[in-house]
Amino acid sequence: MSLTIFITICYIISSVLFIIGLKRMSSVVSARKANQLSAVGMLIAIVATLLTSGLMEWQWIVFGLAVGTAIGILAAVKVVMTSMPQMVGLLNGSGGLASFIVGWSAYHYQPGASLLTTISTYLAILIGGVTFTGSFVAWAKLEEKFVTGKPILFAGQKIVNSLLLGALVVGGIVFCAHPVDNYPLFAVIMVLSLILGVLVVIPIGGADMPVVISLLNSYSGMAGAATGFVIINSLLIVAGSLVGASGIILTKIMCKAMNRSLANVLFSGFGSVVKKEKTDVKGEAKPISAKDAYYVLEAARSVVFVPGYGMAVAQAQHAVRELGKILENNGAEVRYAIHPVAGRMPGHMNVLLAEADVPYDQLFEMDAINPVIDTIDVAVVIGANDVVNPAARHDKSSPIYGMPIINVDKAKTVFVLKRSMRAGFAGIENELFYFDNTRMLFGDAKESVQALIAEFKSV
Amino acid sequence: METHLDPISLINLIFLFVIAIFLGVELISKVPSILHTPLMSGSNAISGITIVGALLAVGLTPGSTLCTVLGILAVIFATINVVGGYLVTDRMLRMFKTKPTEGKK
Repeated sequence: MSLTIFITICYIISSVLFIIGLKRMSSVVSARKANQLSAVGMLIAIVATLLTSGLMEWQWIVFGLAVGTAIGILAAVKVVMTSMPQMVGLLNGSGGLASFIVGWSAYHYQPGASLLTTISTYLAILIGGVTFTGSFVAWAKLEEKFVTGKPILFAGQKIVNSLLLGALVVGGIVFCAHPVDNYPLFAVIMVLSLILGVLVVIPIGGADMPVVISLLNSYSGMAGAATGFVIINSLLIVAGSLVGASGIILTKIMCKAMNRSLANVLFSGFGSVVKKEKTDVKGEAKPISAKDAYYVLEAARSVVFVPGYGMAVAQAQHAVRELGKILENNGAEVRYAIHPVAGRMPGHMNVLLAEADVPYDQLFEMDAINPVIDTIDVAVVIGANDVVNPAARHDKSSPIYGMPIINVDKAKTVFVLKRSMRAGFAGIENELFYFDNTRMLFGDAKESVQALIAEFKSV
Repeated sequence: METHLDPISLINLIFLFVIAIFLGVELISKVPSILHTPLMSGSNAISGITIVGALLAVGLTPGSTLCTVLGILAVIFATINVVGGYLVTDRMLRMFKTKPTEGKK
């Protein structure tokens, strides 16, 4: 008995460390220590669990821990910062899969558990399964492996999804009422959960990935909490719900930043319908050479970089930072303005710029830069498109109408670094490219920035 | 792995669940957007807490080979989640250590 109490005390300490860890995440200065505290909490939880009396199969426990640790280390060390959304997606997926398997094992070992345990097992399987396959599809979409990053829509998609969900609910009720000797139904529920995960993510387009990743993050926590109900463990419930809440908040922030409801993101297949008739933008885009761009930048007193997913794709963050440094040495005030949904996950751009050694006090949120944007000499848009499209402010027929944007068009001069005149993910023409104060610097983002650096160095 | 959830423990666990959700919302709302990616990977590592269930699924299911195999798989995936999550978060946060004054004139 005293051992059980000791283990529980360890679990309490773990919970406290998780909570302090999340709390100290609120400042850049304390964040690293916070993460380490949280990791210590996890270590305490694992060690305490290993003390459980009657624990057997040690060789396999050690084997599992060793294999998982090796893969985890390898993945964490190898991954490049631009692929962080994929990495988080895969980690979400493996957590979800673990909950799914624990649920399966609990049922297999004890099919005749109490009704409440059976319900919890059902939920762990459902949420864990959706998290696993959903995350895997999200990863595949981000990598553009096996599937396209664009929304995948088919006729009757909503009906199929509704039927699947209905089958899961009905199957769940029948299963929970008669769990004993109902393995086939249990297997059907497992398979349907996995299929549901695939179907809910495929209709969502690349630019909406920040929402999906946040939501799956929430699910992975909820799956852990459900597992906590299965094995009657308070620590799993506390930790799982903390993560679940974190995912919910991030999802909400992302949706707000796009001025769309969660339902709209999940079900609309945003960006799948390209409205060709909306391309009647007046005027002509004015290209600029690196040399002419250099003259303008050389004279600028204040410069704002606005990065987007294109910067990540071109791996241009280090070049951008170098150009930023040159401009600073040239006497300009350099800032980086980051839209909440720039990139493929919340905070994606911040991580890339931090990797390139940009001091974090030069990173500005949209709400901080917009009030002063008309004092900026040059705004340099790198691989961003929809988040700087002025149509969001005034064009009621635009799909992005109402979405808060960075008002780069109000800066004195705007440079847009872009491969071509192709429309953004939302498939919308960007009138910004045709404004009088806009100049297009065509080409790969990294090469264009390097060309500018070369101009500065040749003087 | 004996599991028999009765109504009294259930209501206590739900109590914990609800309080923890509210606590989580309060904590996370204070995290600045600059840290959202590390927050996500870090909280993701916490969700690997399901490793506790995985360990019990290996060690407390005597006599069932399938349960042992499932348990081992669960331990592997949960460990990947925990170790990978914390390490990659640390890698990111290390980059944020840049002194704010550096690079300024």
